[in-house]
Amino acid sequence: MKYIVCVKQVPDTSGKVAVKEDGTMDRSKMETIINPDDLNAVEAALALKDKEPGAKVVVVSMGPPPAAKMLHELLAMGADEAVLVSGREFGGSDTFATSQILAGAIAHMGLEKDDIVFCGRQAIDGDTAQVGPQIAEKLGLPQVSYAADIVPGDGKLTVKRVLEDGYMTIEAPTPCLITCIKELNQPRYMTVKGILEFEEKPYAVYDFDTLKDEPLIELDTIGLKGSPTNVYKSFSPPLKDAGITVQPTEEGIREMVGVLAAKHII
Amino acid sequence: MSNYDCREISAFSGVMVFCEQRDGVINQTSFELLSEGRKLADDLGTELWGLLLGGDVQSLARELGGYGADKVFVVEDPLLEPYTTDAYTKVICEVAYKKKPEILLIGATNLGRDLGPRIAARLHTGLTADATHLDIDTQKYLDFLAEASNLDLSKTEWDMEDRGLKMTRPAFGGHLMATIICPRFRPQMSTVRPGVLQCAAFDEAKAAAVQIESLDVPLTEDDIRAKVLEVVKETKEIVDLIGAEIIVSVGGGISRDVEGGIQLAEELAAALGGGVVGASRAVVDAGWLPSDRQVGQTGKTVRPRIYVALGISGAIQHKAGMQDSEYIIAVNLNPDAPIFETADYAIPGDLYKVVPMMIEALKEV
Repeated sequence: MKYIVCVKQVPDTSGKVAVKEDGTMDRSKMETIINPDDLNAVEAALALKDKEPGAKVVVVSMGPPPAAKMLHELLAMGADEAVLVSGREFGGSDTFATSQILAGAIAHMGLEKDDIVFCGRQAIDGDTAQVGPQIAEKLGLPQVSYAADIVPGDGKLTVKRVLEDGYMTIEAPTPCLITCIKELNQPRYMTVKGILEFEEKPYAVYDFDTLKDEPLIELDTIGLKGSPTNVYKSFSPPLKDAGITVQPTEEGIREMVGVLAAKHII
Repeated sequence: MSNYDCREISAFSGVMVFCEQRDGVINQTSFELLSEGRKLADDLGTELWGLLLGGDVQSLARELGGYGADKVFVVEDPLLEPYTTDAYTKVICEVAYKKKPEILLIGATNLGRDLGPRIAARLHTGLTADATHLDIDTQKYLDFLAEASNLDLSKTEWDMEDRGLKMTRPAFGGHLMATIICPRFRPQMSTVRPGVLQCAAFDEAKAAAVQIESLDVPLTEDDIRAKVLEVVKETKEIVDLIGAEIIVSVGGGISRDVEGGIQLAEELAAALGGGVVGASRAVVDAGWLPSDRQVGQTGKTVRPRIYVALGISGAIQHKAGMQDSEYIIAVNLNPDAPIFETADYAIPGDLYKVVPMMIEALKEV
C-alpha cells in the first residue's frame, strides 16, 4: 500500500517579488518554498500512514534538479521515498503536459488497489488547481478536490469536500486522487537533525528516458513546444499615478474626508 | 465520437457556456459568462449555446436566453443531482463530442475548478484557469492592452485576422498578466473568475426566443465512483464582497489587537455608509476571519467604489484582488509598504489611531 504525494517547489510570492528588466519574474533571486497546500497533502499521507504502518509514503516532484533539496526535507518529515521527475524535455510544460508526465511517473511506480494519490489544491505560483484533477483523469482515478477532512475505511475514503457555502461528504473508492486544502491539517515540523540526517538520503530520478515509453505520455504534447496552451503575451499593468500622502493627524484626515465628500465619493 | 478529432480545428464552431446550477438556482457567474460569450460569438459570427445539467432544469433554460444564449442544451437525469465530478464530466464530454464547440467556458467556482480540468484532460485540449478577460477580435484585444498594460503595442506585429481565443489571467500571484492561447486543439477552454466580467441586462425578448434542445446522455449508477453522501449548507453569515460598494479590509497589522482591529474596521465601514469587512491572506491564514472574507488572487476579486486597506502590506497576491477599486485608501505603519503604490490616499500611520480619526471626521460631513 502506498500514498503518493505530488509536490512542487515554488517561488515564495508572499513577499517581495524580484523582477527582471523584461518584466518577468526572476526566480533565481527569489526564495523557494514547498508549495503550502502540498505540505497539507504530505501531512495527510503521513497521518494515514500513522494508522497504517505497513503503508509507504512516496513524494514525487517534477522540476529542475535543485528541487531535490525539498525532497530531502520531505524525507526528514517522514516520507519513505522520493522521486524527482526531471528532464530538459519536460521544461515549460503547461498543466495538461505536466499532469501527463506526473501520471506517467505514477504509472511507472505502479498503482495498486489500496493506493491513494494526494496533491495540494493549487500551487501559489500559478494558482490553477488543474494538475490534480488532470492527473486523476489520465490515471482513470476518481477524484475528490478541496478535501478538508479524510476518514479512511475499508477500500474507500470518506472525504469532506468544501464548497463556498458549506460542504459535501463524498465517498470514494481506492485507488483515488485527493486534492488537499489547508483546513485539512497542520503539517508536522521537520527537525533540523532530521534534515541533516536525510541530506544524503538517495532519491530516485525519472528522466525523459525513464518515462518516454509510458503509454500515458504522448511525446508531442509535453514540454514548452508540445503543451496545448501557450503564452501569447505577458505584460505588467500600467503604473498608477502616485497617490496623495495624507498625514496621520486629525487635520490631515479631516482634509482628506472633506475632499472625498466634495467629490461625492462619500 | 468516432469522427471527433480534437486537432481538426475547422470541424468546431459555436461558443458553449456550462451554466452551473445548485438546487435549481443558476449562479450569477453563468450569466456573466453568457454575456461575455455573446460578444465572442458575435465576433466569430457563430451561435452562443448554454449547457444546463440537472435533475429537473428545463424550466431554467429560458433565463439563459435572456442573457444572450441562442440555444440551450439540456441534459436531465436524477443522477445529475447533486453535482458529481464523474457524472458531469461524462455528460459534458458527450455533449462536446456531439456538438463540437470551438470555445467552452466554465465558471471558476469551487465546482467549476473541479470539473474544468477533468473535462479538458478527457477532451484532450488545453485549459486556461481563472481568466479575467477574453477576446477574439485582435483590435479589441489591442484596445484592451492599450488600457490594461504598459506594452508599446507598435513594437509587435499583430495578426489582425487571428480568430483564436485570447484568454488573459493574472500570473505569478498577480504580479504579471498573461494572455494564453490554445492554437492546436479544440475546444478552447477556460474557467473564468466569478465577479469579473460584466453581466448584460436581462432581455425578455431574447428569453422568449431561446431554442431549447434536450439531449439524452445515458448515465448509470456505476458511472459515479466518487459518490456524494450529503450536501450540507452552513448557516453562516453570507458576506457579499463581490457586490459590495464599500470594503474595509484588515491585514496582518491588526495582530496587536485582533478583535479591536476588526471592530474598528466594522465601525469605519458603517461610517462610510455601510460596507463589509474583507481580509488579506495573512488574516485568513491566521484564522482571524473566515476564508469567504479573503480579497486577493486566491480569494475574491473586488472592485468597490471605496476600498480601505488597514494594516495590509500589499503583497501582489492581495493587490491582484483589489487594484481595480475606484478609490483606494491605505493605512499602514510602514511608509514603504507596497500597498501605498496602488493607493489614491496613502496614510502612513497607526490604524488604531487613524481609524477613530476617520470615523470622527466622517461624522462631520
